[in-house]
Amino acid sequence: MKVTYYPGCSLEGTAKDYAESIVGICASLNIQLEEIPDWNCCGATAAHSIDHRAGIELAGRTLNLAARLPHADMLVPCPMCFNRLKTAAWILNQDSADRYDMHLDASLPKIWDLANFLASDPMLKKIAKNISRPLEGLKVVCYYGCMANRPPEITETTDFENPQALDRIIQTLGAAAIPWAYKTDCCGASQVLSRPDIVSHLVGKLYDMAQRVGAQAIVVSCQMCQANLDMHQEKIATDWGKRFAFPVYYFTELIGLAQDVAGVERWLRRHITDPFALLKQLNLWNRP
Amino acid sequence: MFQKTLTPDYHFLEQIEAAGPYLAGACYQCRKCTNGCPVTFAMDLYPDEVIRLVIIGQPQTVLNCDTIWVCAACETCTTRCPNDVKIAELMDCLKEMAVQKGIACPQPQILTLHDTFLKNVKKWGRVFETTFLPQYLLRSGEFLRLWQTGTWRDEMKLAWQMSRKRRFPVLPKTISGKKEVRKILDRHKKRSNPS
Repeated sequence: MKVTYYPGCSLEGTAKDYAESIVGICASLNIQLEEIPDWNCCGATAAHSIDHRAGIELAGRTLNLAARLPHADMLVPCPMCFNRLKTAAWILNQDSADRYDMHLDASLPKIWDLANFLASDPMLKKIAKNISRPLEGLKVVCYYGCMANRPPEITETTDFENPQALDRIIQTLGAAAIPWAYKTDCCGASQVLSRPDIVSHLVGKLYDMAQRVGAQAIVVSCQMCQANLDMHQEKIATDWGKRFAFPVYYFTELIGLAQDVAGVERWLRRHITDPFALLKQLNLWNRP
Repeated sequence: MFQKTLTPDYHFLEQIEAAGPYLAGACYQCRKCTNGCPVTFAMDLYPDEVIRLVIIGQPQTVLNCDTIWVCAACETCTTRCPNDVKIAELMDCLKEMAVQKGIACPQPQILTLHDTFLKNVKKWGRVFETTFLPQYLLRSGEFLRLWQTGTWRDEMKLAWQMSRKRRFPVLPKTISGKKEVRKILDRHKKRSNPS
């Protein structure tokens, strides 16, 4: 199948691992990604914080470009981008749309959060069929963050307080997804730059709970969450006076691992917190 | 913080509602927003207090508070509000209003971060993290702080690791629609109010 694809800015930079793993597993699942030609930044937190209209119009420009492609579905791996595109589509279809200098073309594709797309029944079946190395023995918590699910009016999700998409994918891969209460608690996102103390507090709470419920690793679908949980783990552990060593995997990396897709090693090498030790210990990694 | 006699700005709520349907007036102070908020520990006013002060017309207090800036926009409050008050969106509206009125931001790094981000988008059409991050560190004074506290080595080590892992591309991916993007971001200057 062919779908429209909006990678977003960080997947061209710091989240290269996420980007490469998506390309890898989509090829193995026979999903062809057609990138929106000339897409622009969705505006992210910066735009919606201090320039609401620009936030809507930036996302609107990309939506209109997406409407020119013939595909019914559009995949968005970054939950922030997903949220901004859905918000723009929602607002620009309201009566108040004339406040904006942007009109939407009629035929928008369905905007999907990547994890929710891959957790649909037909996709899960496809994923299950391709598994060559079940991730037996791996116990994780799935961490969804904020933007893929909230507010439900925009994201059109129903299980926003206790989402299941990542849990279903992880279980399909043969790993255990431990239920926990912090699935959708905020990591602080971009405040990692402006108020790192806040992020240390929020992310420390997540590690602490992940440890209490017996998780060996944390699985995410958001590159902002991944960065906040992976990059500063040592420092946050020091702030909390504890020891944390959680590999923070993208769910797409684990799909790739279970399906033995070429490139898994290259993706994982881009992480900061060691992602290999745990896999070796569980006999899921037999390369040196 | 409160004066003995409050002088309400009777039009403040109206002004806010004209900017967007935030439904602040529907709030009945159940405090569900505040109880679910993950960042209350860093706030000077609780989210329900911000709404209350909007309703009773206290623009000076809410436009100068830390809360509107410290809000992480996680949308938990908006999601859980029984009266559909768009609390997180209201925080954005207040930030934008404060910026347009030229009020000094009590959390200058946060505003600098947003501002630097949008400037970067204006330049390339997409965010180029390789220049955005150092630009922010320099403009916000964060780099100076890291230098003074001696923690810059940790940050440099991380930056070095990131570069070695090829997570900072050397060249930006610019777009041909840069002009359209600039037009969208420049228009803001001509807009007097977010209404």
